[in-house]
Amino acid sequence: MSLRPRIKLPDAIKPGEIIEIKTLISHIMETGQRRDKDGRTIPRKIINAFRATFDGQEVFSATLYPGTSANPYLVFNMRVPGPGDLEFTWVEDGGAVTTERVKLNVSV
Amino acid sequence: MVGAGAGLLLLAFGRGAVAVAQDAKEPTPSLYEQALDKILGNSKPLPGKIIFEIPEIAENGNTVPYAITIDSPMTSSDHVKSVHILSSQNPLPHVASFTLTPLTGRAYVSSRMRLAKTQEVVVLAELSSGKFLMGQRTVKVTIGGCGG
Repeated sequence: MSLRPRIKLPDAIKPGEIIEIKTLISHIMETGQRRDKDGRTIPRKIINAFRATFDGQEVFSATLYPGTSANPYLVFNMRVPGPGDLEFTWVEDGGAVTTERVKLNVSV
Repeated sequence: MVGAGAGLLLLAFGRGAVAVAQDAKEPTPSLYEQALDKILGNSKPLPGKIIFEIPEIAENGNTVPYAITIDSPMTSSDHVKSVHILSSQNPLPHVASFTLTPLTGRAYVSSRMRLAKTQEVVVLAELSSGKFLMGQRTVKVTIGGCGG
């Protein structure tokens, strides 16, 4: 699954700071409610779950439904304990997983 | 014989009328009400403390941006556990559920939703104490989302 996720983090991060994390993944988020030209229902295909962890600890997670727009965009915060690794995962209907890892550069 | 037949017929009609009246008393809950009940269980949500930013008028129902902020210290003993967003009039009411942790630092989330038509949008936030907060906004939709 090449869904090209995008992640935006602040340039300079200090320990203890609360930062904003923006994520976006390109995906049609097919609702399962639409019909094609011949009247057949187009099956549902959405990103149904998202999870962000920091050194294995959960920061934020989401369960998404067809009411979430195409190219799901999520903004949330994190209190930075110090340097570490952020991991982001997106799960598509059918089980395909997209993972992105980012090292958090924290200036002391 | 004719008289008895008419009586039976009347009885049948009478029962029918009773059945209709019972249906009217207990209507089947809508998908929206079912989704609300599933999240809340027996809890009664309290109003306020939720800042729910969403446009009053959405020109394009396919992507309606929203942001939710809840006043919370986000400590391990006192934090917002989850935030749910429901649409009252979409074919499928549930939009998203978010799980927050003390590591989140701030009870805030922003995303984009689909709105099929003008309707109320509801936010439910569950606190670590088990209490629920509720916020709602009406959004006027010019062009509906959710596709054909």
